[in-house]
Amino acid sequence: MATWVFAEATERGPGEPALEVLSEVASHGEAVVVYLGEASDEALSVLGAYGASTVYNLTGGGDLPAAAAAAALADLVEREAPGAVLFAQTYTSRDVAGRLAARIDRPVISNAVDVAVDDGCTVTSEIFGGTQLVRTAFTGPGPHLVLVRPKSFSAEERGGAVGRVEEYPLPDAGHAGSPQVVDTTVEQAEGPQLGSAKVIISGGRGLGSAEAYSLIEDVAEPLNAATGATRAIVDAGWVPYAKQVGQTGKTVKPEVYIACGVSGAMQHLVGMKDSKRIVAINKDPEAPIFSVADLGVIGDVHNVLPRLAEELRGRD
Amino acid sequence: MQVLVCVKQIPDPASPSLLDPDTNRLVRPPEQVLDDTDRYGIEVGLQLAEQTDGAVTLLSMGPTGTMQGVRQALAMGADKAVLVDDPALEDSDALTTAKVLAAAARREGFDVLVTGVESTDGYSGVVPQMMAELLEVPALTFARRVEMDGADLRIERQTASGFDVVRSALPAVLAVTAGAVEPRYPTFRGIMAARNKPVDSLTAADLSVTDGPGQRVVSVAPAPEREAGEVVEDGGSGHLRIVEFLESARVI
Repeated sequence: MATWVFAEATERGPGEPALEVLSEVASHGEAVVVYLGEASDEALSVLGAYGASTVYNLTGGGDLPAAAAAAALADLVEREAPGAVLFAQTYTSRDVAGRLAARIDRPVISNAVDVAVDDGCTVTSEIFGGTQLVRTAFTGPGPHLVLVRPKSFSAEERGGAVGRVEEYPLPDAGHAGSPQVVDTTVEQAEGPQLGSAKVIISGGRGLGSAEAYSLIEDVAEPLNAATGATRAIVDAGWVPYAKQVGQTGKTVKPEVYIACGVSGAMQHLVGMKDSKRIVAINKDPEAPIFSVADLGVIGDVHNVLPRLAEELRGRD
Repeated sequence: MQVLVCVKQIPDPASPSLLDPDTNRLVRPPEQVLDDTDRYGIEVGLQLAEQTDGAVTLLSMGPTGTMQGVRQALAMGADKAVLVDDPALEDSDALTTAKVLAAAARREGFDVLVTGVESTDGYSGVVPQMMAELLEVPALTFARRVEMDGADLRIERQTASGFDVVRSALPAVLAVTAGAVEPRYPTFRGIMAARNKPVDSLTAADLSVTDGPGQRVVSVAPAPEREAGEVVEDGGSGHLRIVEFLESARVI
């Protein structure tokens, strides 16, 4: 039985988190994609390359299409009876998965870091800030719904092509689908991105002020690193949310993650502890971040970062 | 305007979390605290009610215990609370929770049903969307700024690259992020007044919701731990050690 993967169109085609899930599903068997947004030839060739055999393309819909997409998916899963529908845990997919679950009266398991679909479906997720792994099996009838944390699988091209595309116009979701997007603001468009940069340098409360975030940017520049932040300094309004790394922000897995003035709260660790290497700079030797760091420097970020920036600039 | 705010009492995050080894359920001591992220939803709810001459009712599901978390929410200024505490719901997943809270919301009536984006203890992050579907209303999720726009709500909704400004007619479910507002602290008067505010208790049967077992924990095991590496004192040369490390990682 084919496993379904829900994917959303972004400005750059199918979203990377959905491609990760698609890759994983395709490596075990037939993968069907439900694609929300414009399925250009280019988008279809990407979906095919990552393993989709069939694509149901949900077209039309309002500014916030989750309600209509959930209604369309409910119709499709009733017709085709897939064993499982997997979603990457992104904003819109979370909305669609939650609505679909309520609509078809099936549970959804969130925060999956691994999924095994066979006769049933078993999901691995992390609890207590990633210190414990829980495996949960669905016990009722399918389709089983799972939200997968980004970066749980790697997106790999397999070199296939989509065999069949079916367009499915989104239904009118009435009041539930009526909200309008009146303006869109991009806060982090330029430069290295958290999702793809080899090096990420993040700042936390230890920076002391919004102005001190420039210390992070000064090191990032010569390293060609993406810049990140903890929830604490995003909530404080020092930097935009688009920079947030952690449970409620982005999950990242760079080659090197440099945490500066970051204490290492569970909320943050969940989003970065799977980085290949971790460097931490913190003046508190007891900071939990040191327990996951490959290299820890006990020192004040206000002293260490300017010296580091200067050293790196001098090497160019 | 009738504002409902979902709140959750959770084990104090400052204490180590425990699972019951027999049931694999989170151990919930009687003295649970208010989920910190709910303070933002309460504040948003209070502000909306203040601007529209409305009232705020809290909805909460779970073991009532000593009720200190709910009392704290009442002390911030909510007018009353509706609690659903039923042993039959102990094993509830996100969908059952959403069914219970949606049924309670329908019973109370609402213009805006406010929640946090996700709880701190379970963080399934899908209950607001499920409630919206069950109640057939919009889900204004990941809201980082909220204001009234005539009779509509206007929010900034987080996106992967920034935010969208979204306008919606009511009724609606509104899920706010931590940081959306600065939550007020309960005043002494508020704390005293909270003791006498009405608290209704309901069961699953009152709401005609049954808990269907849909999932079962197969195993719980410690995650592979990352080994701590080398820790050095800065001593004026920490930056050089970092440069060496970056060289060995071949990123410079």
